[in-house]
Amino acid sequence: MPLTLQEVEHIAKLARLELTDEEKTRYREQLSAILDHVAQLQKLDTSSVPPLAGMSGSESHLRPDLARPGLGAAELLKNAPAQADAQFKIPPVFE
Amino acid sequence: METLTEAQKLLQRGEISSRELTQQALNQISALDGKLHAFLHVDGDSALEQADAADQKRKSAPEPVSPLLGIPLAVKDVIVVEGMPCTCGSRILQGYRPPFTATAVKRLQAAGMIVLGKTNTDEFAMGSSTENSAYGVTHNPWDLTRVPGGSSGGSAAAVAAGLVPAALGTDTGGSIRQPASFCGVTGLKPTYGRVSRYGLVAYGSSLDCPGPFGRSAADVAAVFSAMQGRDPLDATSQDVPFAMNFPLAHRERAGVREKDVETATTLQGVKIGIPKEYFISGIQPEVEEKVRTAILSLKELGAEIHEVSLPHTEYALPVYYLLAPAEASANLARFDGVRYGPRVEGDSMWDVFYKTRGEKFGDEVTRRIMLGTYALSAGYYDAFYGQAQKVRTLIKRDFEQVFAKVDAIACPVAPTAAFKIGAHGDDPLAMYLEDVFTLPANLAGVPGLAFPVGFDQAGLPVGMQLMGRHFDEAALFRLAHAYQQVTDWHLAKPGIS
Repeated sequence: MPLTLQEVEHIAKLARLELTDEEKTRYREQLSAILDHVAQLQKLDTSSVPPLAGMSGSESHLRPDLARPGLGAAELLKNAPAQADAQFKIPPVFE
Repeated sequence: METLTEAQKLLQRGEISSRELTQQALNQISALDGKLHAFLHVDGDSALEQADAADQKRKSAPEPVSPLLGIPLAVKDVIVVEGMPCTCGSRILQGYRPPFTATAVKRLQAAGMIVLGKTNTDEFAMGSSTENSAYGVTHNPWDLTRVPGGSSGGSAAAVAAGLVPAALGTDTGGSIRQPASFCGVTGLKPTYGRVSRYGLVAYGSSLDCPGPFGRSAADVAAVFSAMQGRDPLDATSQDVPFAMNFPLAHRERAGVREKDVETATTLQGVKIGIPKEYFISGIQPEVEEKVRTAILSLKELGAEIHEVSLPHTEYALPVYYLLAPAEASANLARFDGVRYGPRVEGDSMWDVFYKTRGEKFGDEVTRRIMLGTYALSAGYYDAFYGQAQKVRTLIKRDFEQVFAKVDAIACPVAPTAAFKIGAHGDDPLAMYLEDVFTLPANLAGVPGLAFPVGFDQAGLPVGMQLMGRHFDEAALFRLAHAYQQVTDWHLAKPGIS
């Protein structure tokens, strides 16, 4: 089931990845080979099988929705590539 | 470097200080890591300070101290430790300094362990050889031209070469067990939910398990028992008590204490299943031979051996390579050049996203994000992601049926011993096949323990894997420990100097 170049470009756009032409060609071949391999799952009849919901006896533990102390803004901004006025700074979102 | 168990004894008897132990580890790193490249970051000054504090505590404490007090530890670079950089082996996190520490590490620090540094990994733990790190390849201490396995290759190599007595890794599809096998050390992938994932940079959230490496099952059990347990910061972590319900007698260096060994090694009444699907054509003959010999040893110790079947084994690989990339494509969306890591500038915010991610993610990570994005995209979701989740149910049921009859499953860890650096070149599918025997445990959430059972003709370690029931790590420790009381493979050291 070979992917088309357009499909590769569409996936890259959804995943927010800028690819070179060489990368598009290479990923097209490699992903097509991997998808061929995983396609063997289609031959199993799973019409009466539920999708896995969790591990046995492993319910999620939810905490009460209460405010609690966390890391402060200064701590969280320390790793930002750009910041201003105690906020993350980004280029314009709207043209 | 002593094993963790030996180091504990020497510390307790006052024959060595934590400073000496830590200095010894740092000296070993200086001497050998130029060749191995197991570490991405080492903080010697801080480690020595903590060692002095541990020595002080040991002297002044009126009560018996933690058995892990003052013992050095290395941590895989996908687990955050405050005060140390965390790169995940990726250029997209270059320079990142996490403002918090992972729960598992916090617990080990509270027990007195000293984090020496961070170890190399395939980028975001995606790989089976540690060749996918943006910061260079780690070399196998048994043969520097070969890979240490992966993705926790740095941690496995560091323990194998005697740089540290113990290290942490993570296992999403075999990333602790396979490098443990390739490097001849003992490594545990705990039950899913046994060890908190808080502070582990997420790859496949329904599969990721942090776990320890050591030389022996006893060493690994000591670290595991201190890091496991329910954590309110990880909603999937569970509150199931862990107890070692068997005597962990240790062999004395000079001469075996016969009586202790006898009590520790009797496996009367233990049932072990041998899954026929794990002894397939294409497996290196010496791997099969060593594993079968080890199974015979367990039988001689009293265990019952039964042939069992896990009929959906062949589907584990396609299921994993849909689900793990799907989860990764969502988890790695957070790396966008806004909150951490470097930014590649662009005209708009969208432009920054495309450029930063396109330029800073490596090949394998990009491939898996693309694969996962495709499996989750409109029109393909049911055929790929939905079908994979259903087959995952079938794989989990296989294990439930087998564990109704036996206490543990014994099989190879990987089809071959360590392969040459570059052997899989640009063939991702060939690399994925390295994981065929380790993926099922992650999909079913069961624990798996890997430990050495011999060497092939090239002198490379061969590992065996034991898998157990959910939350029954103790059964795996019991079997491996009994085996290690009557064999010496786990004590063999590579000739690197």
